[in-house]
Amino acid sequence: MSSTAVSAAAGLRLPRWAVPAGAAVVIAAAYVVFRGTATLPHDDEAPQFLAVTELREWIDDHRNDNPLFLYFLNYIRLFVGALYTFFQGVLHALGWPGITGVMGALAWLAGGRRIALVAVAGVSTFGVLGLWESSVDTLALVGVAVLLSLAIGIPVGVWAGLSARVRRAVTPVLDVMQIMPTFAYLAPLALFFHIGAPAGAIATMIYAIPPAIRITALAVSEVSPTAVEASVSLGATRRQTLVKVYLPLARSTMALAVNQTIMMALSMVVIANLISAPGLGGDIIRGLSRAQVGIMLPAGVAVVVMAVVLDRMTMALVDRDPHARLRRLDLVAAGVPAAAGVALIPVLPQVWPESLTIDMVAEVNAAVAWAETNWYAVTTFVKDATSYALLNPLESLLTSAPWWLVALTVLLVAWRVSGLRRALTALACLLAIALLGVWEHTMQTMTTVAVAVLVALVIGLALGVAAARSPRFSAVQRPLLDAAQTMPAFVYLLPALALFGTTRFTAIFASVVYAVPPVVRLVEDGIRAVPAPVVEAAVSAGSTPGQLLWKVQLPMARPAILLAANQGIVMTLAMVVIGGLVGAGALGYDVVSGFSQRTDFGMGFVAGVATVLLGVMLDRITQGADRRPSPRKRKVT
Amino acid sequence: MNIRLLAGLVALGLAVAGCGGATVDGTAGSSAPAGGSSASAGSAGTVKIAINPWVGYEASANVVAYLLENELGYDVELPEIKEQLAWEGFETGDVDVIIENWGHPDLKKQFIEDKKVAVEAGSTGNKGVIGWYIPKWMADEYPGITDYRNLNKYAELFRTSESGDQGQLLFGDPSYVSNEDALIRNLKLDYKVVVGGSEAALIKSAQQAQEQRQPLLFYFWDPHWLFSKTELVRVNLPPYTEGCDADPKKVACDYPEMDLDKIVSKRFADTGGKAYELVKNFSWTNEHQNAVADDMTNGGMTGEEAAKKWVEANPTVWQAWIPK
Repeated sequence: MSSTAVSAAAGLRLPRWAVPAGAAVVIAAAYVVFRGTATLPHDDEAPQFLAVTELREWIDDHRNDNPLFLYFLNYIRLFVGALYTFFQGVLHALGWPGITGVMGALAWLAGGRRIALVAVAGVSTFGVLGLWESSVDTLALVGVAVLLSLAIGIPVGVWAGLSARVRRAVTPVLDVMQIMPTFAYLAPLALFFHIGAPAGAIATMIYAIPPAIRITALAVSEVSPTAVEASVSLGATRRQTLVKVYLPLARSTMALAVNQTIMMALSMVVIANLISAPGLGGDIIRGLSRAQVGIMLPAGVAVVVMAVVLDRMTMALVDRDPHARLRRLDLVAAGVPAAAGVALIPVLPQVWPESLTIDMVAEVNAAVAWAETNWYAVTTFVKDATSYALLNPLESLLTSAPWWLVALTVLLVAWRVSGLRRALTALACLLAIALLGVWEHTMQTMTTVAVAVLVALVIGLALGVAAARSPRFSAVQRPLLDAAQTMPAFVYLLPALALFGTTRFTAIFASVVYAVPPVVRLVEDGIRAVPAPVVEAAVSAGSTPGQLLWKVQLPMARPAILLAANQGIVMTLAMVVIGGLVGAGALGYDVVSGFSQRTDFGMGFVAGVATVLLGVMLDRITQGADRRPSPRKRKVT
Repeated sequence: MNIRLLAGLVALGLAVAGCGGATVDGTAGSSAPAGGSSASAGSAGTVKIAINPWVGYEASANVVAYLLENELGYDVELPEIKEQLAWEGFETGDVDVIIENWGHPDLKKQFIEDKKVAVEAGSTGNKGVIGWYIPKWMADEYPGITDYRNLNKYAELFRTSESGDQGQLLFGDPSYVSNEDALIRNLKLDYKVVVGGSEAALIKSAQQAQEQRQPLLFYFWDPHWLFSKTELVRVNLPPYTEGCDADPKKVACDYPEMDLDKIVSKRFADTGGKAYELVKNFSWTNEHQNAVADDMTNGGMTGEEAAKKWVEANPTVWQAWIPK
């Protein structure tokens, strides 16, 4: 549809920018005329919120006599709870010698000596940091969540890999699940499964399941049809084909599914502490609520270490030659630490000895205090400048504009960028947000996201271009990007909090740091993918490096850059919402407050739903960009 | 192997066999209080005291925890659970004790009277009062600023980048007891609540405000060690009268002075034995709490160290709490 509009304009020989520019002028004029009318101010006592709060009260009162709970949901809770207690019991019974030995052995089996050393060192780190018990609880929670995710995700994934129809049915659901911010999962789960470890494990499981399904499906569907044909023609049953052909051939890709599931689970377990799940999340939230980086930092480090250890172990599985068998030597070598660890259980204390821990709370706090006093002028300036120059004007623009004007703008922009169908989805999401009664806060969150995305894109483009042009810079940057992408999201809040206290800017800073790595990567790959003959032609025609970049490489890399923008927006939104914990306000704060004050539960729940709608909306606005041909190309054809 | 695990499995088995449906009451699943982790062989049991996010609470919790561990031989867990969630924890079994409860008549009705999962365990001896405060230099400089009727006149002073063109009222942790939004609305104040997110943010801002003579209006409470270090003045809101805060939407009066009390789960009251007796007997003064809280915040001590120091210095006080 939009292409007809554009070609009609071209037929009238108007410049290409005339239609969008005209639309912009009309919208601006409408804003000036209608400013302050048809706004939807926030009301803490909106009937939508109260209805949900009442529903929650009702559920709480009938949790133990309603059949749905009595015979179904409570059994799930009980089952997951028992599973968690079992994991936790086994891990605590192993104690630190046992866990260290067994983890070392598993790592050895997965990837040999080096990985085993990483695992042993990593597990010891938990003890050294003085976080042994919380780490074990987190490990148990991750274990339960990952186990359940895989138990459900792999069969569904195999099914989706074998049947195109199932795949079509599952994909949109997974799409939405993957752009849902972590926060949005918590309130509904608290509603159905109450609070505590079981609810936390279920939330983590649901969050971690999409990659398990998606990557398994991919792995199975990529199995060579020749191999399947051969096996079927030799008379294998469907079961035999599945177990003997599909699964072994898909194994290494499926290991990647395990890897991604674990990584997702690790970024969720901490946030699950908001519904009272145990583990390292408690230490991090404690640090947040005391504004003590010294408490948070060790816990953050422990989560990162756990992520690195589990990542290396599972990635070793991915990289392993699928035909290699375990050598007896490896089995023996792996058996030694396991046996040693288990044998030492009765001898050594179960809990890491206190004399071997390093307590750095005071030192870290002192360092942060030093940075606060000495960088106060700079950080305050950056924070206030951003607030006054960007955040406050944009926020008052969005909140004072009539809702229909914002909706119209979203529709037009999405239509132009991504086509009519996606534009209508985006519009529907926005209207649903208005109906939910969280319009004003959504606009505020959108402001924060917009500013953060802007900054992230500028930095990401600069670094991406630099990396694409200098292989040496790229080689230095790659491992940093890899490391940054392994870290769970909230870890980025720590330095932000240390530098900027609790304000909206803290969330912006954290989300920029969080979103920059994928943006850099996409931009770099996009520019590198520009065909060499094109570059050569431009250079031989006498382009300066600047012209080459602006006139050739960036325009040709447009789809990749737009994809980067899309990724950046989705990641930024997720982070800005978590930023509700550190002063970002608006929707994220509503969610936090919904867990803290019972009377605000409804508002938090609705805000969680609104973040999902906002995510879908922003995604749809930008998503089509990479698939549509650029206007320039269209003109040529 | 593990008693809790067995208890969980047995309960699961019974529930399935009985076909009576499963209830959430904390006796099964992950959180039976009686067993304790396997690390605690020979312990008298495990007590879970919820930790709410302010240091005065932590001071009380740590002193009780210290005595439970060292005098009575219990294991104590101190899970980080905020005020209102902790009440829900009575139901799921995640919490046995809230050591310092600030009012919450609605929760008392719901969890004590209706659901019968919690019981009151007496006063902590602390008197608590919430209010709005400003640094003392402002009270000296701006006449009448301590009267809420003059706050609008001075609103401009309190503007920040976060509050835009309204004055800023700095609030603490999202979970704190709060009438701020209703007060601003009902007293028609030109102010915006800005959430600092933590007690630490309030303290830091208050200290900066007094030392560097910056304007600040903030939410705070007594008992607190800060009053002995930084001069603060309370803003007078319309005085509290009985029942003026009954409807949370229509509150237009100051906070009442509260008798802070202890709440325990019904199960802990029935089966907690000596641990429950100790919690019930626990009662001290605001000065005691402030001393421990000060050591924890400014003395560089962990909760355990600060508790130990207080216990060693005040044997006569706590010996009265130990059940015979």
